[in-house]
Amino acid sequence: MNYEELLSKKTQAIKFSGIRKFFDIAASVKDVISLSVGEPDFKTPFIIRKEAIRTLEKGKTAYTSNSGLEELRAAIAGYLKETIGVGYDPKHQIIVTVGGSEAIDASFRAILDPGDEVLVCEPSFVCYDPLIRLADGIPVPIETRVENRFRLTREQLLEKITPKTKALVLPYPNNPTGAVMRREDLEGIAAILRDKNIFVISDEIYSEMTYGDEKHVSISELEGMYDRTIVINGFSKAFAMTGWRLGFAAGPAPVITQMLKIHQYGIMSAPTVSQYAAVTALRECREDIDYMVGEYDMRRKLIVNGFNEMGLDCFEPEGAFYVFPCIKSTGLSSQDFCLRLIEEKKVAVVPGDAFGECGEGYIRVSYAYSINHILLALKRIKEFISELKG
Amino acid sequence: MNKLVELLRKNARLTNDELAVMLGKTPAEIEKEIAGLENEGMIIGYSAVINEEEVDRNCVTAFIEIKVSPQAEHGYDEIATMLAQYKEVDSVYLMSGSFDLSVTIRGTNLREVALFVSDKLAPIDGVLSTTTHFILRRFKEKGIEFPLIEDDERKMVGP
Repeated sequence: MNYEELLSKKTQAIKFSGIRKFFDIAASVKDVISLSVGEPDFKTPFIIRKEAIRTLEKGKTAYTSNSGLEELRAAIAGYLKETIGVGYDPKHQIIVTVGGSEAIDASFRAILDPGDEVLVCEPSFVCYDPLIRLADGIPVPIETRVENRFRLTREQLLEKITPKTKALVLPYPNNPTGAVMRREDLEGIAAILRDKNIFVISDEIYSEMTYGDEKHVSISELEGMYDRTIVINGFSKAFAMTGWRLGFAAGPAPVITQMLKIHQYGIMSAPTVSQYAAVTALRECREDIDYMVGEYDMRRKLIVNGFNEMGLDCFEPEGAFYVFPCIKSTGLSSQDFCLRLIEEKKVAVVPGDAFGECGEGYIRVSYAYSINHILLALKRIKEFISELKG
Repeated sequence: MNKLVELLRKNARLTNDELAVMLGKTPAEIEKEIAGLENEGMIIGYSAVINEEEVDRNCVTAFIEIKVSPQAEHGYDEIATMLAQYKEVDSVYLMSGSFDLSVTIRGTNLREVALFVSDKLAPIDGVLSTTTHFILRRFKEKGIEFPLIEDDERKMVGP
């Protein structure tokens, strides 16, 4: 078989992500301590796990309706109303998916025709670019900058909009930078988009993880944006439920209807046990979320301070659970920095260029780790930096 | 909930600088706050959480349930205070339920603990009976799960 000839050219052109490449290297080195994983170190709250067990004991093992359990969609609608102040009809405007990733994928496939351009704020999560390409769209990066706190500015957006622009991916709170968009920033973006036929895919998977007094604001709640925004969220980060594979999308009914077709033929329905457990998560775990966010916040301060003390400029993240220190002062590329750090000090972090070209010169460091683990890793990175300086 | 107390409960060796950064205060403020907690008797000491059996394979720890007859003026206090004086005794609690005092004893071997109970504890005036329970294996100590280094089961996976 000549696989190269036979396999889809489009798919073959997609590369494995820079995160994954790096994880493969890290996995081959013994006794690595990692600050690289993008998932909570907390276990799923016990009450959620118990509900899953109870669901199994009751024998609820069949498919759910394609768009998800009715009571879960109702709970999601309640959650969105409460947290971002926007109302969605659980029957026609919410779909439960296999993680946020499936919701992102289905969004692109629901809105894109060949040649449509999608603006993607970078640095950002690695899945947008390949998923857009697989849906025959053309990803157009917008490089956010540290001097703008890695926020998308009006000017940057205006510069990139063309007649072919179909959508904007707005990934805030941001992985990997930890940036957030404040209400006034979003107002600026909304002012541009309000009279254009451009969708916003607002990936709000880290919405619960914001630090300081200001809570997450969704662009969907701004005037004129509801009809053009698809809100993506899920249970992985806020409820520490990564392995349960459960996310959702909420948006205008015509969009969700198209997404439902894709989901129904490709997936059928999200995992049933996870869905029942998620109802409990939404109803009873506010305290657990607040506790976890409080813990992340302390670690965030500790790690930002740690990097600044060792002479690496570290943008103060206001959301998610990553810091994105600048390593340009070392004279090393992101890749070289990370490879040498792993070889010489056995600490794994992710090179910034994995999240878009403009991430070059940065590293992504996760603080979803215990304080003692973070202190140990910081100590080793500090040694590495001072040895570099010689 | 006092966040400083919670952090120290988990790791008393965090430096004032580290605590200050995490709590958004200055190291001087932290120092003062800790001194305050100590002066007010809210923090009465610091100790390491020891994996005893790793340090000494023969080491034995026992929980002893003691029934006593309370004394006229002092209730249980006098006998409890006296028990607390022994260096072998790690903790002394007055309990609700079917016995009165719970005492934790640590010895270098089984015999030492047994002799402590029979020679020192049981003969005390007012002690009516004792029941000794030996620890066979530890799973969690002061909030820390054993084994000490828990494998991080999160795989390095990413899209």
